[in-house]
Amino acid sequence: MSWPREPGEITEGGEEDRVYTTDTGSTPIPFGFEAVAPDEMTGIPAGGEARGTGSLGVQILRVFVQNKLAVVGVAIIVFFVLFCFVGPHLYSTNQTNAQAALLYSNQNAPPGHGHPFGTDDTGFDLLGRLMFGGQASLTVGFASAIVATVVGVLYGATAGFFGGPLDAFMMRIVDVLLSIPVLFLLIALVTIFHASEVLLIMVIAFVSWLIPARLIRGETLTLRVREYVQAVRVMGGSRTRIVGRHIVPNAVGTIVVFATFQVADSILLLAALGFIGLGIPPPGTDWGSMLSNGVNYALQGYWWEIYPAGLCIVLVVIAFNFIGDSLRDALEVRLQRR
Amino acid sequence: MIGFLIRRTVQAIIVILGVIMIVFLLSKLIPGGEARSILGPRSTPVSIAHFNKVNGLDLPLWDQFWRYLEGIVVHANLGYSFKQNQGVRELIEARLPKTLALVGVSTVLALIIAIPLGILQVVRRNTPVDYTATGLSFFFYAMPSFLLGTLLILWFALDLKWFPVSPPINSGGYTILEDPRAFVLPVLTLAAITIASFSRYMRSSMMDAMAEDYVRTARAKGASSRRVLYGHALRNALIPILTLIGLSLPAIVSGALITEDVFNYPGMGLLTVTAADNGDVATILGTTLVVTMATVLGSLLADILYAVADPRIRLGSQ
Repeated sequence: MSWPREPGEITEGGEEDRVYTTDTGSTPIPFGFEAVAPDEMTGIPAGGEARGTGSLGVQILRVFVQNKLAVVGVAIIVFFVLFCFVGPHLYSTNQTNAQAALLYSNQNAPPGHGHPFGTDDTGFDLLGRLMFGGQASLTVGFASAIVATVVGVLYGATAGFFGGPLDAFMMRIVDVLLSIPVLFLLIALVTIFHASEVLLIMVIAFVSWLIPARLIRGETLTLRVREYVQAVRVMGGSRTRIVGRHIVPNAVGTIVVFATFQVADSILLLAALGFIGLGIPPPGTDWGSMLSNGVNYALQGYWWEIYPAGLCIVLVVIAFNFIGDSLRDALEVRLQRR
Repeated sequence: MIGFLIRRTVQAIIVILGVIMIVFLLSKLIPGGEARSILGPRSTPVSIAHFNKVNGLDLPLWDQFWRYLEGIVVHANLGYSFKQNQGVRELIEARLPKTLALVGVSTVLALIIAIPLGILQVVRRNTPVDYTATGLSFFFYAMPSFLLGTLLILWFALDLKWFPVSPPINSGGYTILEDPRAFVLPVLTLAAITIASFSRYMRSSMMDAMAEDYVRTARAKGASSRRVLYGHALRNALIPILTLIGLSLPAIVSGALITEDVFNYPGMGLLTVTAADNGDVATILGTTLVVTMATVLGSLLADILYAVADPRIRLGSQ
């Protein structure tokens, strides 16, 4: 436990707290009497001094890349980003003009005959539609995860830093919002304000900032009593500076792990809204809306109208979960190696 | 323990009051106002003013909130759905038991499957059994419930014809006992995702317990590995599961909404989705409020059980 300490790295006691904030126990834990060396736990060979080179970021990246699932996850995400955003330039199809689709192509055509994935009930080419709907799903997923994380981090850091009655009041608001089942709140918001893509991003972010707020508040409570924060305070650093330059950067591991999982959750929430019929309004679409649209036809045997969209959702969500899990392990290793 | 229970109950009451306030504020956020959304875009200023006067919407916001709160607490009045020409409470009354039955049965089923699965994964940790179970739980965790439900209908209701596609429309909450076949698919759909998260939690909870000092002590005293596993580790690992149930309830209820939509199961979720199609905000807010109250009470119950089960709280001096 005597790793070279780097500036900006948290070194004072309380590592245990940090380990648990990012840990839900997916790493192997020694079992009873079987002697498991600490090195076996982390998969790092004993006497790893020679490998402790490089900056903190490089070390984390190395552990991350060693994890095969993480690499698979990143590969899946890169594939889908290229598929959805570059794909339409290589495989261009009509996805917005319903009239033209109704007139000039077959409805519910099976795969083949110029439509590799078949067509839907309007006559839109389903391969092109997967790309088109995927753009909305991925955009909303990323954007709402970013908004939720930023808002949650600022809120949680503020509550944790000031403490006292303000903290109690702010966290009661979080408790109340968290107790409302997400989909009911989402449906209420979308029905009241009527859906557009930007609104969906804001609404999904509105139901998702609560968990990071809680996590970061907890981190802040432990971080704000550390010596280096007190040192900044003694030197006359403003509160904004303490929160922005010292507390938030040190909670960045928790933030990044959360944000990764949140992208997956946001994509699932948008898909659920789309399935209910409250997704991206026509002529746009998203993977959930495509599924919803295809279900009635799938029951008549047109399987190609639901399987591809369903598979896209599952793959992207699994990929983000892989990345999140691996990031958590990688950041945990950083903590265990000190 | 009494102190813990009182504190926890007061907390639940505060949360419910907060939820009532948020639902009230949401009803005030309707663009153009409540009156216009009910009377239609062509309503005249006079008719809007009249509507506001009759329904007390011209009072200051604070007075309106007190009237709303009094209506809920004293008269159990959840508002009126002008779209369906029916009180929201009447709409909800018939449907709430069905949702509670769905959520209750599937949560119990999830526990019955997830706990042994988690134990099995710990006993056979880092073997193909463990990896398969972990892989499956990843998969089901990522699987949206509407997709799983649709696939189950396709395979088991349409292709194999083992189960009906959806439960009878006029079924009550207790029909789950009379016609269990119709409830198999919805319950499985809702349980699958819960099993995925519960078994992952159970696995890590058991792993943590196995690393504790009391497990080592038990072994040192010569207890068999079976006794260590079930007598010491499991008993301690089970307690946090109670908290997990309480914390998972909002997510399970959200899942129930989707499941009801997929299977046309006439509960709170289907009521909400239908109301969303009609722009019936009053009903949506009513179901949201009731479902949240049920969730908060469920979590409270889970925490009370936790207090009873955990000797540190049960025998605590506070």
